[in-house]
Amino acid sequence: MHKEPLANVKAPVIKIIPFSCVDGPGNRSAVFFQGCGFHCQYCHNPETINLCKHCRRCVLVCPVKALSVHGEKVMWDCERCCGCDTCIKTCTYNSSPRIRYMTTDDVIAAITDSLPFIQGITTSGGECTLYHHFIAELFEKIHRLGKTAFVDSNGQIDFRQIPHLIDVTDKVMLDIKSVDEQEHRMLTGQSCKVVLDNLHYLLSIDKLFEIRTVIVPGILDNFRTVDIASKMISAWPTVRYKLIKFRTWGVKGALLNTEIPDDSLMKELENLIRHNGVSNVVIV
Amino acid sequence: MQEILSIVKDPELTFNQRFIAMAKAAENMIDPIELSEDARYFVNQKVVFDMDEGKAPYRPRYVTPDYDKFMAQGSAFLMLKPPKDIWEAVSNLMILYHHVPAAGGMTVYIGHLDRLLAPFDQHEEETYRAVEMLLLHVDRTISDSFVHCDIGPYDTRVGRIILDLSAKMQRPVPNMSLIYNENTSDEFALKAIEAGLVCSKPSFVNDAMYSKDWGSRYAVASCYNVLPIGGGGYTLGRLNLMELGKLAKTKEALMEDLLPRAVKAQCEQMDKRIQFIVDDCHFFENSFLNDEGLIEKDRFVGMVGLVGLAECVNTVLDVNEREDRFGTSEVANQFAEEIVDKIYEIVAAYKPKHGRFYLHGQVGIAEDVGLTPATRIPVGEEPELPVHLAVTARLQKYFATGIGELYPFDATAKTNPQSVLDIIKGAFKMDMRYISFYSSDSDVIRVTGYLVKLSDIEKLESGKAVLESSTVLGSGAKKGLKILERRVRGFNHA
Repeated sequence: MHKEPLANVKAPVIKIIPFSCVDGPGNRSAVFFQGCGFHCQYCHNPETINLCKHCRRCVLVCPVKALSVHGEKVMWDCERCCGCDTCIKTCTYNSSPRIRYMTTDDVIAAITDSLPFIQGITTSGGECTLYHHFIAELFEKIHRLGKTAFVDSNGQIDFRQIPHLIDVTDKVMLDIKSVDEQEHRMLTGQSCKVVLDNLHYLLSIDKLFEIRTVIVPGILDNFRTVDIASKMISAWPTVRYKLIKFRTWGVKGALLNTEIPDDSLMKELENLIRHNGVSNVVIV
Repeated sequence: MQEILSIVKDPELTFNQRFIAMAKAAENMIDPIELSEDARYFVNQKVVFDMDEGKAPYRPRYVTPDYDKFMAQGSAFLMLKPPKDIWEAVSNLMILYHHVPAAGGMTVYIGHLDRLLAPFDQHEEETYRAVEMLLLHVDRTISDSFVHCDIGPYDTRVGRIILDLSAKMQRPVPNMSLIYNENTSDEFALKAIEAGLVCSKPSFVNDAMYSKDWGSRYAVASCYNVLPIGGGGYTLGRLNLMELGKLAKTKEALMEDLLPRAVKAQCEQMDKRIQFIVDDCHFFENSFLNDEGLIEKDRFVGMVGLVGLAECVNTVLDVNEREDRFGTSEVANQFAEEIVDKIYEIVAAYKPKHGRFYLHGQVGIAEDVGLTPATRIPVGEEPELPVHLAVTARLQKYFATGIGELYPFDATAKTNPQSVLDIIKGAFKMDMRYISFYSSDSDVIRVTGYLVKLSDIEKLESGKAVLESSTVLGSGAKKGLKILERRVRGFNHA
């Protein structure tokens, strides 16, 4: 298959965590990309949703002058940055100026020190599949290094339409935020149809590692989503269900004052999942 | 007189702790070891140090008896027959523990427990009770976190019981190491990691490295001291590289003059102390362990301990900015390696009267302030974990009598113990010798090599006596070595 050379193509990377134990099996490096097509009310990192539109508001407030304007663009000096998050708090556009545009070789170079200690990498975001060509290229390089390549996705892009990425992906970790069309639209602003299609597709090609649902009592019909989603995966014993407690950390807007689920609710949901025949359940 | 009175009246010491302190005070009233002028100079400069083992050493610092042999033959001196079942096995061991000498008064090695007990493991429940009794006995009588047991590399039921009990009992005693090699199943290793994340033990031993130094008959004792089984360590000297660095005006002065002299001075002090133990006190002629072949003179070695490599490098290179300092700067790391290479050469060439000398990464004592253990990177200056691991592994190659590094992991690692195993496997492939880890939310934590309960430190600091003498050291290290400020590792989600 012909592919256009990607050596100089860059993607907006928010950060790279050298070691992560929460992004798939074993120890992994996690690469986070800027930009997301969903606008979830409970988003923990709303500053990762949009690409910077260079309005310069943040440049004025940076206390250590790590932000500057070159031509029409806001530039970030990561050496100077003190990580105080003033820019993110000031941004009214759910974005961040602290982005590095990297090539796949840049990403490989950034994780070189980690390679002896990791099973592989996981790409996340934002929504990393927005950069499917870039990630496909990255994953080919990762595989050549003898490591595995996982995608953490909310399933907003039809995976059948991006075979160049899915072919080189070992497994996907997929968010199932809600199985109800109306609720999903209320929560994310988008339909859940493509997400559920992706779930079935990934199961059919044995590329699903886990599904995850954030539990928000009083706002979402958690039991319905967990019940239906766990039944969907129950025939695949290796697929894990991860239940995530809603936490207010990082959240902006309406859900900020929502209650955090207690352990008994999480236990009840876990029992429901197990009752539906899924034995691999994690609560975080 | 004042010292004696303060010992016998110390409200923070139990009777046994006072008793040991009194013996030490008596020993220190004489000073029979005569040093050369140059050696005395380095002692006075606090570069060469005998670790306060006692001025008149009459026993080796560490004795690591051949417990396997003891199980097979019993002991004529102790009037014990070889055990026939798990209860006799445990009882015989508990008896022998009280007859194994050590500089601190209490043994630092209680054997390779799963290997010793596996032949007697008939019924799981009975074995569980017997092992629990043994661990309880050791914790409540030897009561010192420097006492160490080993397990592995094979997955055995006894090994699993020991791990289960360690997680359940939540006690710092005994310290524990898992001998890890290609025969250790991932399943057993993961079980050990799960235990480690709730009770800070076992640590992992890179058998590929240590078996090159010692063959298969070695023990991990005390903090992480690696010694031949059926022998031990005569004495542990400590070369304080931080103090030596202060004396050196230039790199050349250090490498060409001060370092060679100081290493020789340290070796001389150890050599003379060992001669006192062997030739003047006739330790071996005085020991039934020797008569019965549980220890042999030619399996004892001397340990040259190092501390403060980081401070030495930073002082001599006169660097203050983080990017120029040891741990981060390649120039500084390279210099550190040169220093260790040089020390190794001199120590390997030194011919003491008894045994041979090997390097040891000393972890510090409670009184140390601003002195980084062994070849470690100072707390607060740790680079990203992958770099930290690589720098650590690179500086550990010569430390045949033990060196270790420890990493507090974020509690989320408990949901994914495989992530810790991946790190250990990677580090061991880079020739790291020994890794300890604990979870940031544990009560039992590792100080520098030994374990303490944080809740016991709090008790001690409120003026109450506690069972473990090592808690007293831990309290000092908490303040002097900033142990609670170590960089917690990894594992944040974006």
